[in-house]
This record gives sequence, C-alpha cells and structure tokens, in this order.
Amino acid sequence: MHLSLYTDADAKTLTELLSGTNLCVLRGERCLFKGLNFALSSGELLLVQGPNGSGKTSLLRSIAGLFGLETGYISWRGVPTKNDRQSFSADVVWMAHHVGFKADLTLLENLRFETGLRSATLEEIESILERLSLSQLVELPMRSLSAGQQKRGALARMLISDARLWLMDEPFANLDVGGHDLVIELIAEHLAENGICVMAAHQDLELEVPMHSIQLQ
Amino acid sequence: MTGFEAKVPGLWHGLKSIIRRDLLLAWKRPGDVLNPLFFFAMVSTLFPLAVGPSAEQLAVSGPGVLWVAALLATLLSLNSLYLSDFEDGSLDQIILSPQPLPLLALGKSVSHWLVSGLPLVIVSPLIAMTFSMPAASVGVLMLTLALGTISLSLLGSIGAALTVGLNRGNALLSLLILPLAMPVLIFGARTVSLAAAGDAVAAGIYFLAAYCMLALSFAPLATAAALKISNE
Amino acid sequence: MWKFLHKLASPPHFYDLAAKFIPWFAVCALALIGYGSIAGLFFAPADYQQGDAFRIIYVHVPAAYLSLLAYAAMAISAGIGLIWRMKLAHAVAAGAAPLGAWFTFLALATGSIWGRPMWGTWWEWGDPRLTSELIMLFLYFGYMALRAAIDDTQKADRASAVLALVGAVNVPIIHFSVEWWSSLHQGPTLIREGGPAMPPAMLIPLLAMILGFSLLFGAMLLSRVRSEVLYRERRSRWVRKLLLPSEESP
Repeated sequence: MHLSLYTDADAKTLTELLSGTNLCVLRGERCLFKGLNFALSSGELLLVQGPNGSGKTSLLRSIAGLFGLETGYISWRGVPTKNDRQSFSADVVWMAHHVGFKADLTLLENLRFETGLRSATLEEIESILERLSLSQLVELPMRSLSAGQQKRGALARMLISDARLWLMDEPFANLDVGGHDLVIELIAEHLAENGICVMAAHQDLELEVPMHSIQLQ
Repeated sequence: MTGFEAKVPGLWHGLKSIIRRDLLLAWKRPGDVLNPLFFFAMVSTLFPLAVGPSAEQLAVSGPGVLWVAALLATLLSLNSLYLSDFEDGSLDQIILSPQPLPLLALGKSVSHWLVSGLPLVIVSPLIAMTFSMPAASVGVLMLTLALGTISLSLLGSIGAALTVGLNRGNALLSLLILPLAMPVLIFGARTVSLAAAGDAVAAGIYFLAAYCMLALSFAPLATAAALKISNE
Repeated sequence: MWKFLHKLASPPHFYDLAAKFIPWFAVCALALIGYGSIAGLFFAPADYQQGDAFRIIYVHVPAAYLSLLAYAAMAISAGIGLIWRMKLAHAVAAGAAPLGAWFTFLALATGSIWGRPMWGTWWEWGDPRLTSELIMLFLYFGYMALRAAIDDTQKADRASAVLALVGAVNVPIIHFSVEWWSSLHQGPTLIREGGPAMPPAMLIPLLAMILGFSLLFGAMLLSRVRSEVLYRERRSRWVRKLLLPSEESP
C-alpha cells in the first residue's frame, strides 16, 4: 500500500522541492492509503498509477490542498504547504478531469480570467495559443469546442500560469494521438526547464525523464 | 533554477477579473438577472391581490411587503452563486489561485449584487408607487434596500458556499440564511415605515450601514472557509 | 493542567470520565429543580400584577436562558473543533444542538402558555423575548438541517461549525434588532425590563431552577456526547473492546 522512494539518504539533498511525508487520506470512513512518502527534485516527474477508486485523484487533490490529509503533510521548498498557502498557490497549477472553464464564455474570455488570477497579459498568451493550435478557436464559446480542444485550453492555462509544479489528473483522457504527443512534449520541456510534474494516469508513460512512480491499490 | 517567475498580479486586478467574468456570464444569461426581478415584482403584486386594494392598508404594509419580496428574490438568486463553478471545476481553480480566496469571494458577492440587488433598488420606486407609499419614504426605501441587499449578497454567499453541491440545497439555503437576515429585514422595513410616518430614520440607516460594514469585513472570510470545506 | 485537558480530548478517556460526572450532575439537578419547583409554585408570594400566572416564570426563564447557553456551548465547541481540529469538540457541538432546540421550544411553549391569561392570545409578537426565541429555534433548525444534509461526518462537522460561528456573531445582533423593533410599539411584554426588583422569596427559587436546568443540560449533554463518541469511533479498538469484551484483541 505504500512505497518509500528515497532510501538513499544522500539523494535527499537540498534540491528536494516537493515532498510528502506519512500521507494518509480518508474517503468517508475508508482509508485509501496511509504511510505514503515521496520526494521530488526539480526536473522530475511523479507518476501515480492504480485502478479506478484507488485514490489517485484524492492524492493529487491532497497535494494541491483541495482535499484534507488525515495524517502527514506536504512540503514545498522545505516549508509545509499548510503554513504558507499563498506562495505555494503561486507555484502550482492544477489540471483536473473537469477542465474548469465556463461553458458560456469564449475561450478567450476564459483565458482572460486566468490572466487576471495569474500574471500573464493577453499579448503574452498569443504565442501559447499558436503553439496549442487554439488561435482559430478563441472566439468560440467553450461549449462548442470538442473535449480534446477544451483539454488543450486547460494546457494553455498551465503554460500561462508559469507555475513550477504541474499537477495533472489523467491528462491524456479525451486526447487523440496528436494531443497525446503534445502533452508529452510540453511535459518534457517543462521538466527540462527545472519544473516538476505530478501526474495520475492509467497507462505507463514513455518519457525520457527522471521518473518516480507510486502504485496505489 | 531558471524560468519560473510566477508573479501574482495585484489584488485589484484579481478582484476586477472575477467581477468582469461574472458580469459577462450574467450578460450571456439574462434570465439570471431578470428572473429575480420579475419575482420581486410579482410577489409585490400578490399582496394587494390577496389582502385587498384599500390604499391606506397598502401604504401601511408597503414597506414590509417590498422588503420581504426583496429578501425572497435575493434568496432565489443566491442558489446558483457557486453552483456552476462547482459543477464545471472552476471552483477548484478559484480556490487554488494565488489570489486570496476571500478576495475572490468578495468579487463574486459584488457581481451578484450588481446583477440582482441593484436592479431591485432601481425598480423599487415603481412598485412603491403602486402601493401608494408617500414620496418621502421612497428615498429611504431605496437607501435601505441598497444597504440591505448588499448585506444579503454578502451573508447569502456564506449560505451558498455551505450548501453548494448538496441535494435540495435551495431549501436548505433559505433555512440557513433567513434567521440571519432578520435584523436586516427588521431595520430595513421598519425604517421605511418610520420615514413614511415622518419620524427619524437615522437610527435605522446607521444600523444598516454598520451591519453592511460588518458583513463586508467578515462574510468573505466565512465564505472562503465554507468553500474550501464544501469543495472537498 | 494541560495534561488533564489533553487527556480529556481523547475519546476513550472522555467516555470514562463523563460517565463518572453524569450521576452527580443529574442528582444535583433534580434536587435543585425539585426545590425550585416546590418553592416557586407553592411558597413564593404571588406577583402583585399577574397573580399566580407568573409562576410559569420558573420554567420559562430557565428554559430561555438554557437555549442561549446551549447555543454558546455549541458555537464555542464548534469553533474549537474547527480551529484546533479536535474531533471531540465537534461531537459536543453535535450533541448540544438538539438539546438547545428543545429548550428553545420549551421557552416558546411556556411563553405562549403564560401569554394566554395575560393577553388573551396564544402568541404576542410584541414580546421581544418570544420573537427572539422563535428566531433562535430557526437557527437551531438550520444547524441541524445542514448537519443532516451532509453525509460525510467530518465535512458535516466543519460546515456546521462555520454556520454556528456565523450564527453566534448574529445572535446578539438579532436580540438587539428585535428589542428595537418591539420598542417601537410598546407592546405588552412578559417581563418588564427594569421592573420592580424581585423579593428574595421569588428570586431564590428562580436561581435554583436556572442552576438546576444548567446541571440537567450538563448531564444530558455529557450523555449525548458519550453516544456520539461511541458512534463516531465505532471502528476503533477501544470501542470494540468495550462492546465485545469477549473478543481477544490481536
């Protein structure tokens, strides 16, 4: 049920950016997992795998701070996240199963809202939209975009946020092969720039990056 | 350690963004604005129909009827304050944003008032006219309704945050908010009656203003706490 | 001292300790209520204005006082549970709410019964205390309804704690508003504020009743919290040992 990843004491150096210690999460009365530990340095990816209902999403939500931990804590840059929510929020961006856009608004209006929450300006996001092949779609209401296109909108959010930690829950769902490759490409770039990614996925990932994995039952 | 300069824009920028977003949403769905307004007008009409057309009776009960109608119309519009955000996953993003959650909650309450409370205030003189309320009291009516509906938007957002995602959350929301809204109702309606009778209204106005300030200071914090709990 | 409090916060210790206190509270409560009732009903002098009808004060006032005390207990323990994340505190809040609602109802019922011979009506909106008590009852209903609507116990605890705290801030405001509202009309009230001071023969049984009711509330609250604790901890080892002592612990 749990896997301690850093057995090598030397590896636990000051470059450890994100860590979870003694994590336990309850769903109702059921304990999904306990005693879970992990630590990630910059440029690394944590892959959380397991069958449906095993707690992948709950673990990710706990790391984000959306879901409470029964025991244990998450640290970011050495500081427990519950002690300094503000700076952690600035450094993290969350990509959930629900894309989190308003169906009534256009993609552009949705992303403009995102820039208000983060730091980008509308001019800066043009290049991002180009990259994600969304430039032609910005004026359309979200409800008329396909699921794959909406997912790419969520990817746009991640690039706009300029956040260090990417939390992604099933990022490949609803994407075609092209979209799949795009996600891989973006993640690889992100990690190469010393970002960190925690991902929940069903399938194995073919990616040439330092990767750790957790298997939940 | 390159590249990531996740600067957070200023608070004012964040507040403006969420107000703009919600106003845009209301613009695209005019029903959200108009329904509570029609409800307000119709409930106000129910009373003369039910109680009788005597002008003196209407003039006396006018302030109370208008205030109750305003309260009910506001409750009606509060139900959906956080509902769509909860359902489409925007609430996750709002809670996780680097902008302080109470600030964003305040922004949502502000846009809620602009969309549901302000129209009531603007329309109230027309309804007051049908109740033969003296002209002297109409100004006080608008002022008390303005202060009152602001307080209700703030207080109500706490209830909306607590009940978002629950089955039959609507009825529960009313049950939670109505007792808390009594002071606003009491002072609002009675002050307008006093104005109609020519008595001093300062006490009532000061109370409503003070309550508004209190709500402004604390309601966003309580709403933020409630949102985090409900969204788990 | 801290060690004692820390121990108290642990459910099994609380369960045992509470069991010891309940009989004491109950016995003292019954003694005080017994004295208060008899002294109040039979030996206190009749009120010069209201005659014998005023005697219902010996139930009405303690019930009203307890309805406020219960709300305070509920709000304070909910706050402690929310801020310090103590599960036991949440159990106390959950236990206090129905008790408070019943006391409120009792205050309303006795107030109404009192009013009948006084005003000839079963309800009098002009009395600020009655109206405040009615709003209190709605506050309790709201709290209990919110708890019931949320399935997950921890989530229900925390959501209702926020509601209890918001309500607690509003209770004084509500009282003040209702006072002001009723003062506009100078209606009939049950207890005239600043009226003639009560002679000791009237006052002492009243104080006895108030204290007795408080102890009764304490006993009932401890008993309810014990049940809550048993239910919430039903999967833990100490509860299993308690309920099934024959089972061998692994």
